[in-house]
Amino acid sequence: MKYIRQFGIILFISFIGEILHELLPLPIPASIYGIVLLFLCLELKMIPVSSVKEASGFLIEIMPVMFIPAAVGLIDSWQTIREAWVSYVVITAVSTVAVMAVSGRAVQAVMKRSKKKEEEG
Amino acid sequence: MSGFFETSVFFGVLITLLSYGIGVWLKKKLKSPLFNPLLIAIVMTILFLLLFRIDYGIYNEGAKYISFLLTPATVCLAVPLYEQFELRKKNYRAVLAGIISGVLTSLCSIFILAGLFRLDHASYVTLLPKSITTAIGMGVSEELGGYVPVTVAVIIVTGVLGNMIAETVCRIFRIHEPVAKGIAIGTASHAVGTAKAMELGQVEGAMSSLSIVVSGILTVIGANIFARFW
Repeated sequence: MKYIRQFGIILFISFIGEILHELLPLPIPASIYGIVLLFLCLELKMIPVSSVKEASGFLIEIMPVMFIPAAVGLIDSWQTIREAWVSYVVITAVSTVAVMAVSGRAVQAVMKRSKKKEEEG
Repeated sequence: MSGFFETSVFFGVLITLLSYGIGVWLKKKLKSPLFNPLLIAIVMTILFLLLFRIDYGIYNEGAKYISFLLTPATVCLAVPLYEQFELRKKNYRAVLAGIISGVLTSLCSIFILAGLFRLDHASYVTLLPKSITTAIGMGVSEELGGYVPVTVAVIIVTGVLGNMIAETVCRIFRIHEPVAKGIAIGTASHAVGTAKAMELGQVEGAMSSLSIVVSGILTVIGANIFARFW
């Protein structure tokens, strides 16, 4: 019963996410509305973590499996990118390294600055 | 034979779970980030379908019930986000600066490179969400008119790549603070990279999973703006 209740809460929030996606003219996926909504409910203590903890842990754990059907769709869409696949690979590699380097350095820069301020003031 | 597959609902689910199970097993045996269970499962399922000449539509007849859980599962990411939010309010300035600059770097670099390679609009928006978690990235690609399966593949390759190169990149760019490492890995390579961050340490892991959700949400906004540029 505990799992059914927990899963029910999660489905209810997903459902509200879908309603928001339908009503608001923004290109934002329903799941994003859901994340923000559940986060707010947790933050405002409207829903205690304990009432979604186990079911959410389970769903997050099995999440990789849910990506397989979409990715297997490559069978059908391979034709559309066949000619440009080299550029896809280059873009993916270059931007992954760039993002990692920039965001890591940015965190360190800000941390150093606020540490300095602490020491001075 | 394929006549039976057309009527079976469980076939698609079964082949998906089976190939993922083999992927997890291989990863445990071989302990290399190259053997990403998800990557193995995708390749195996595709090979299976090609080998037995089964249409994607027939496979997806059953497999779509797995995809059905994706929205509720993504919503659940709010739980770890909440837990780490409580834990790490202290460094929030540095954390936000890191994630925002990472998301901007991702969008800008894809914009510039897509221009250099003269990709069309659909390919460009397919790539825009490549650094964020598959669940959110799929939605972004779909909303913007990209090729969703290609987005999924690119996201997974990004994750595996990030997982493999994380330590080297951090060393070369002298990123040594645990918080900085975690944010860098999570922002660049979502959940698959986070697995590496968790190996590096608890702070790295927590920071990395925090950045999955935050960078995901920021990218939804950013990608919608950047999609208009090309």
